Amino acid sequence: MLYEQFKVRAEGVSAEVYRYATKIEALDYLIRFLRKEGLAETPEASALWAEGSFLDGMERNQLAAIAGLKFDVTRESAATARFGISQMEWALADTGSLAQNSTAIAQRLVSSLSTIHIALVPTSGILPDMPTLLAKVHPRDCAYLAMITGPSRTADIERVLTIGVHGPERLIIIFVDEWGGNN
Amino acid sequence: MGTEFKESIAKAVNNANLTGALGKFSEAYKVNRAKAYEGIDFEALRGRIADLKGYAAAHLDELSDLFQKNAEAAGATVFRASDPAKVREYILKVARDNGVTSVIKSKSMATEEIHLNQYLEKAGIEVGETDLGEWIIQLAGQTPSHMVMPAIHMTKEEVSDLFSKEVNERLTSDIPRLVKVAREKLRPTFLAADMGISGGNIAVAETGSIVLMTNEGNARLVTSLPKIHIALVGIEKLIEKYADVATILKALPRSATAQLLTSYVSIITGPTPNSDGSMKAMHIILMDNRRSEMAADPKFKQALQCIRCASCLNVCPIFRLVGGHVFGKVYTGGIGTILTAWFDELKKSEDIQGLCIQCGACTDVCPGKIDIPELIMEIRRRLVQDQGLPLLQKAIYAVVNNRSLFHGMLRAAFVAGKPFTSGKFVRHLPLFLADLTDGRSLPAIAAEPFRDRFKKINQPRLKEKAAFYAGCLIDFAYPEMGEALVRILNKGGIEVIFPEDQTCCGAPARYNGAYEVAASNAVDNIKALLREEVTYVVSACPTCTVALDHEFISTFESLGQTEWLPQAKILAAKTVDLSTLVKKLVDEGRLTLKEGQQLGTITYHDSCHLKRTLKVFEQPRELLQKAGYELSEMFECDTCCGMGGSYSMKLPEISAPILQRKLHNIKQTGAKTVAMDCPGCVMQIRGGFDQDGASIAVRHTVELLAEQVE
Repeated sequence: MLYEQFKVRAEGVSAEVYRYATKIEALDYLIRFLRKEGLAETPEASALWAEGSFLDGMERNQLAAIAGLKFDVTRESAATARFGISQMEWALADTGSLAQNSTAIAQRLVSSLSTIHIALVPTSGILPDMPTLLAKVHPRDCAYLAMITGPSRTADIERVLTIGVHGPERLIIIFVDEWGGNN
Repeated sequence: MGTEFKESIAKAVNNANLTGALGKFSEAYKVNRAKAYEGIDFEALRGRIADLKGYAAAHLDELSDLFQKNAEAAGATVFRASDPAKVREYILKVARDNGVTSVIKSKSMATEEIHLNQYLEKAGIEVGETDLGEWIIQLAGQTPSHMVMPAIHMTKEEVSDLFSKEVNERLTSDIPRLVKVAREKLRPTFLAADMGISGGNIAVAETGSIVLMTNEGNARLVTSLPKIHIALVGIEKLIEKYADVATILKALPRSATAQLLTSYVSIITGPTPNSDGSMKAMHIILMDNRRSEMAADPKFKQALQCIRCASCLNVCPIFRLVGGHVFGKVYTGGIGTILTAWFDELKKSEDIQGLCIQCGACTDVCPGKIDIPELIMEIRRRLVQDQGLPLLQKAIYAVVNNRSLFHGMLRAAFVAGKPFTSGKFVRHLPLFLADLTDGRSLPAIAAEPFRDRFKKINQPRLKEKAAFYAGCLIDFAYPEMGEALVRILNKGGIEVIFPEDQTCCGAPARYNGAYEVAASNAVDNIKALLREEVTYVVSACPTCTVALDHEFISTFESLGQTEWLPQAKILAAKTVDLSTLVKKLVDEGRLTLKEGQQLGTITYHDSCHLKRTLKVFEQPRELLQKAGYELSEMFECDTCCGMGGSYSMKLPEISAPILQRKLHNIKQTGAKTVAMDCPGCVMQIRGGFDQDGASIAVRHTVELLAEQVE
């Protein structure tokens, strides 16, 4: 129910929404997506993955062996990478938004400088709305609470809606039902 | 109004890019805004916002202290200042102490308010605006024309010329390509900047957090990439509780751009680590600059309930014609007029306050529940108090204040106006109605005013009585409307009396800031209308009805006069507009309309005062349909017709295009008759069609109903 509402709202603001039962299936889709969109070893075609609990229990070596997939997030690498992968803890069903404790700068770099931002989200993190989120996440535990609703947009030239100004021009959201552990 | 100001208006209304873009935007905005608010109780929501912002405005010192304590505990440095000069110096000092040579900014009206960019640039620091619209106008060397869409006045061709120069490459006017150029061009600036400066949409006292919202994502970069972040926040952005962030964010994006939420929202509480592991330096400046003074003003404190959504600009029939530039360099539109009068100076608002036609469209949509037209009137009043009235107006009000002289001159006008009369219209009226406009004819002064015709009406003796307040237009230009009213009320079992001593309702004086004149008009009318015991005081002019029902009281209150207040309240309680009274009589079965009539299609124009102040809009529609008309609603049925009393004479260059739009919308319905409840609107719209040549009957509801009573 919340998922359906979220999907309608998020797609309404040009986000692309997918849902998988397990992390393995989600990962499989993610790798296929990256390859289809031109993932390669060159910095401009690379993908940067910011640390998160999704990676717990994953075979890092196998992932690191994929050409173009990197885990060392710096200003420089983030500024050139085509893809940014991060995990967002929460989603807000009534506005189609994602939310994250972005205190760690790597989370912000990959989601704000990349051309395509891919967000991994536990389906259990979908909340009804912002009041629920704010009741859950207090600033004393979260110096930088970020909410993202669709890709970067502007209407500053002749009011024509245009996607991808300073932030990503695409937002891919992948929900995972069985996240496991403590997200 | 100054010549320079008049010239800026002429320039704006003749700029097809500007009026085209703003016009299209305002039309789409209404539809999209309504959609964004679907399923939300807007009245309840804005009630909560007005309460929480009102509370904050009443506790600015306390909340500033609390904010400072909590932000500092979170590791931020808080600087508090009232004087803009102190704010500029502080920012420059932080920059100098840290060897800053380049700054990136995300959009901030507070920095515009203190002219920060010029100051830093003079000190040798490079300042880059990163909001696309702000960057465009920075490149063009211009100022914002809209608070939310700063470059809405420019075409893609103009933008392409600017960008071409910037990147040394001939660009086409393809908008997605232009946006990409901006992204590529600004990216290195972001990465190289030593300091980021942002504003703050909200400052939360109980947590010391600031909230930033952007669609482009630039505020995220401004607050993440440089090692120093300065947030400049006006203290009116303070709220007490963290949970209330959600309340404001429910309204702000919906009202600003009809979005459910802006693409990026950041709630920042203290510094965060940089990518090299060091900690960011975060400075928050709480700026007063007369906001405390505003909070202490009993009238203007409500202006601090503003959440800066600019919806008052988006629905304003004047703003969509003139855009922001005529308002000056910083804050624009309705709320901008008020903020300019305070944050800059009262005198700076002298010209721009005159742009408000008092239609009240903004009061319907303001999420802070601010009565913007009322505050603009208060500015007018204070300007008149400070500087006195212009000589010509003084002469006019001297006349209006003397009933027998005023009425004598109106009668004389009939004689003087005669040679110029063609049919029901005069081309040029004498007196203060002289300076007239193209695109609209004015009514002839009636040969026999209503007050004379009334004596000849043979009324039945009835137990219930109503005093008829005619107002100048019905009395001297449209006496037939008054006769129609008497006929209807008689049929409904009410005898009409016409107190001879009634005079001008004072609205013209009040709307020009001459409250003393308005108060004296009020006293004369109270005496006249309460002399005889009646059940109702009825008027067929909404502006007059509002005067009797609300403004006599508020005029006395503004002036601190208490003597006539109790009587003003008695009068207000008896006052009713024509349609409401007739509806009541029909509902009670005291008045019947002819059955089974098929009178054809009609469209209805809502008069500003009737719809928005008196909240009457269903009654006339129901009555007209009951009488046998088929209603075909026009687009923007409740948008002002451009009359606005003397407004149409002071600013004909604005009034005329507003009228043209109204005529167009009426014609689009295909109806052969347009009804309305206001003789002022009849004068404007009938005069417009007279020049336009379309054969559409412009009638007051009272006339149409009088034809259909049994």
